[in-house]
Formats: sequence, C-alpha cells, structure tokens
Amino acid sequence: MASHRKRLRLNWIDCTVFAVLIAATAYVGYRVGSVLEYRWDWSGIWDYLYRWDEDQQRWVANLLMQGLYTTLRLAVWGIALAAIVGVVFGIMRTWRRLFPRMLSRAYVELVRNIPPLVFVFIFYFFISSQVMPLLGVEEYIRDASPGTLAWLEVLFGPPNLIPNVISGVLCLAMLEGAYVTEIVRAGIQSVPKTQVEAGFSVGLSRWQLMQHVILPQAVQRVVPPLAGQFITLVKDSSIVSLISVQELTYLAVETAVSTSRIFEVWIIVAALYFGVCFSCAVLFNRLEKRMAVRGQ
Amino acid sequence: MSPRKGSQGRAKVVVEFEGVNKWFGDFHVLKDINLRVRERDRVVICGPSGSGKSTLIRCINRLEEHQEGRIVVDGHEIGNDPKSVAAVRREVGMVFQQFNLFPHLTVLENCMLGPTKVRGLSKAEARDRAMQYLARVRIPEQADKYPGQLSGGQQQRVAIARSLCMQPRIMLFDEPTSALDPEMIKEVLDVMADLAQSGMTMLVVTHEMGFARTVADEMVFMDEGSIVESAPPERFFTNPENDRSKLFLSQILSH
Ligand SMILES: Nc1ncnc2c1ncn2[C@@H]1O[C@H](COP(=O)(O)OP(=O)(O)OP(=O)(O)O)[C@@H](O)[C@H]1O
Ligand SMILES: [Mg+2]
Repeated sequence: MASHRKRLRLNWIDCTVFAVLIAATAYVGYRVGSVLEYRWDWSGIWDYLYRWDEDQQRWVANLLMQGLYTTLRLAVWGIALAAIVGVVFGIMRTWRRLFPRMLSRAYVELVRNIPPLVFVFIFYFFISSQVMPLLGVEEYIRDASPGTLAWLEVLFGPPNLIPNVISGVLCLAMLEGAYVTEIVRAGIQSVPKTQVEAGFSVGLSRWQLMQHVILPQAVQRVVPPLAGQFITLVKDSSIVSLISVQELTYLAVETAVSTSRIFEVWIIVAALYFGVCFSCAVLFNRLEKRMAVRGQ
Repeated sequence: MSPRKGSQGRAKVVVEFEGVNKWFGDFHVLKDINLRVRERDRVVICGPSGSGKSTLIRCINRLEEHQEGRIVVDGHEIGNDPKSVAAVRREVGMVFQQFNLFPHLTVLENCMLGPTKVRGLSKAEARDRAMQYLARVRIPEQADKYPGQLSGGQQQRVAIARSLCMQPRIMLFDEPTSALDPEMIKEVLDVMADLAQSGMTMLVVTHEMGFARTVADEMVFMDEGSIVESAPPERFFTNPENDRSKLFLSQILSH
C-alpha cells in the first residue's frame, strides 16, 4: 500500500485559530458562571450514564445511556425503514403510470411542506390509534416466549417500551422517507436514458431494468446525499421525544430537570449525539471510497 | 428486393415496413417508409445527418414508436402489445454509437445479464456463452474488467458480444464506428464483417462506404425522412439513379 498520507502540520494560522477558540470557550464558561450565577458541578453527573447497581453487583446503564441505546435503535430501524420507503416511493416517482407518480409526489410534498413537529404530532395520532392496534404489537409481546422476548429486547429495548419505540420508528421513517424518496428519484433520473435503451435492447423488462441496471447505478450516485440524510435522521430522532418516546433527548430533559445540572447534562448529550453522527459520517465516507474504487 | 449474392432462392422476410410514418411533434421524421429485409440480408442504410436513419432502425425494436403503417419483425407486428415487443427485443440485438455498456458491471457480467435474466440460462451456461462470444470479438482476456477500463474499440466489441450472447436473429447497428478513433474503427469493422460472413441478418447505419461496398447486399439511401433509393452496392456506388444520392456519394467519397 503506497498511500500518501498528508502530514499533519500546524502553521501559525492554525495555532492562532486554536488559541482564539480556547479563549472563546473559556470566556463563555466564565460568563455562564458569573452572569447566570451558574455553578458548574460535574461530580454526580456521570452516574446518569452508568450507575453501580448494588443488587446485581455490576454497572448498569442509567437514564442517559438508556436514552442513547433507544436513540441508536430508533436510528437503525428508522434508517432501514426510511430506505425502504424511499426506494419504493422513489421508484413510484419515476414510474410511467400517473397514479403511483401522483401518490408519491403527494407524500413528498406533504412532508416537506409541514414542520416536522406538526407532522409527527398528527402522524403519531394516526399511528397510535390505527396502526399499532393493526400490527397487534402489544398482544404479540404479551404472548411472546421468554426466548423471543430476549431477542426483542436486544432489537427494540425493554419490552414494556417496545410499542413506544415502534411508534417513534414509524414516525421517523415516514418523515425522513420523503427526503430519501427525493434523493432516490434524483439518482434514478441521473442514470442516462441510453442505459434504458441498452437494457431494452437485450430484452430486459422494465422491472428487470430497474433492478439490474438503473437502481445499482442510482444507488452508487446517491451514497453521499443519502449518508447526509441518514445522519440528519439520527439528529432528527430527538423530535420523537415530543411523543414521549424515551430516547436520549427525552431522558436528558428528565435528568436535567431532576438534577438541575442543565448545562452539564446537555453538554454530555451533545457529545453523545456528536459521537454517533461523526462515527456515521466517517463510516459512510469509507463506504463511499470503497464503492468509488469498485466502480472504476 | 434484389436477388441475393449466393442466390439460394427466396429467403424469409424478417423485417417489413409498410407505409410507415412517424412524427416528432410536428416534425415528419419518417415518410411513407417501405422496406423488406430477408433472412441473411445485409442492409446498409446511409444518408445525410438528420435524415431519419437512426429513427428508422430504432422503430424495429420499438425504442421509437411509429404512428402510421405496419412494422412486422420476425412474424410479430410491432404495436402496443407488450408481448410482441418483448418477443422482438429478445430476437433483435442492437449496437449503439456510444456503446451503452452497463458501467457498473464487468465485461462478463454485461454479457451474462440478458441470457440469465431473459433467456433463463444458468450462470455457468451464460458464462460459457459469454466467453465464447468474447473470444469471437477477440477480447476474452478483458472479461473481468469494467467498461470504463477499456478503449472505445474494445467497448464496442464488448457491446457486440453482449448482443450476440442473446443469440439474436437480427442485428441492428447505429453508426457503430462513429464515436471511435480512426485506429480502432478497423477492429470493429472486422468483427462486423465476420458476423456478416456467418450469415447474420444485419441492418447497419454507417458512413463507412468501404465496409458497405464489401459487405452489403443492399444499400438504402435516406434523405429528409424518405427512402430515396435502394439498390445493390455495385449499382449504387457506380451508377446511382437519384440526384441526391449522387450528391451524397460525391461528398462522402471525396475525402
Ligand atoms: N426525440 C426526438 N424528438 C424530436 N426530434 C427528434 C428526436 N429524435 C430525433 N429527432 C429529429 O429527427 C430527425 C432525424 O433524426 P435521426 O436521429 O433519425 O437522424 P439520423 O439520420 O440518424 O442522423 P445522424 O446521422 O445525425 O445520426 C433529426 O432532425 C432529429 O433532430
Ligand atoms: Mg443517427
């Protein structure tokens, strides 16, 4: 491997910028302390990540980490579902029949022109009253064997909160699915018409063409915007705290209120979100490079 | 049409145009086209730019729709029936000016896609067949590369192999050498001449008059959407009847 890595070197401009940044941070910290008469106290706060459980004699996740796990579950399932929604509606958006095109268009415009919060409130009402009874999640959990429950707990979190998490996932997926739809549509339409002609001339049907020629090329082209959208989804997952899904933001509010260590809690929460989103960004970047190498 | 070079009696008609008209909006692009191509015929279509040559051959596998008249290909009338269109596309191969290979698939995969998905061959059968045709267009060693890694001439030969893997009864070529550098034109024309030798029914749009003269057994000259003249090459090149054909030939052969 003869990869050339750029040497990391600081010149005086970098040093100045760093110095200014550190000074600014210190100043803000100082102002918070003096003007708001805020007393920084980081001592007990870490227990809200993990606490020592006397009964079980081990460290267990406390509110903030539980929230992070729920957020991660929301993100993973949300991304998977949003991708499916996006691909289905994205294909419909380019279909030659009018009805699927209109349906898909209506969905996208609806979501894009309503504030996410309002969408979540309305859609949650619909989910909780219509979809959840239809899915029969609660009955399923009630009747599940301990083995299944253990699996469900890994996948969706504590059994009593599963309906709650699923509502959150559905809301998020429908919300972000609209944006994924637009990305997929743009990807499909960026594949030149000549590819369609080439596919037809070897006898492929429309569906085979989509599956083997158009979609693979479309996906290659939309990896960067999709990655961005998925990271947005992780951040947007905090929205479902408003419908009482007990993810990181929801539990952070509780922790902040009950400890009155507002800044400390939110700084920790910000760091957790940053960690997740930044890791995703790095991961997607790698993926993109790998695909680029294979494509040429 | 004209008696064949080998003259083994009257072969079956595989492509027939009867009073075909086509418009792009208000623009009358094909005007009352009548054309018959028999099995093993090699028809070369020429004419000035914009005369409708591409549109004509693209109507054969319904990459373009005609509005009036009848087109019958291999016994199927081309119309709104998706079944007959699908049947025709299975039996008709097409080679484009810009190659139009699938850039996300390797050369081998390009050649295997149609046979596995459309003809229902197993992977192994399709691979054997692909290698056989890649050998025939003389690039078996490039099988695992991606199209982007090949020269224009190699890509066009892969495109020919990809079509042949479907074992079509008719091959359409739309200016297959126009996008190529001069030194690569010959390698593609040689492959096409081989194919003609093997008895493939071919319709070729090209400006390569040397190729036309040696390979064609029918020259079709188009101008402004009409077939102005059609004749065997010996007559077409030495003694064209139509003034516009004469003008075209003098222009194209002068350089
Ligand atoms: N999709 C289209 N919509 C409108 N007009 C078109 C379309 N395709 C082709 N045309 C027009 O129809 C005419 C014939 O086009 P065609 O491509 O068949 O010509 P050609 O003989 O193949 O020319 P060339 O030698 O340049 O390839 C041209 O004037 C072209 O501008
Ligand atoms: Mg043309």
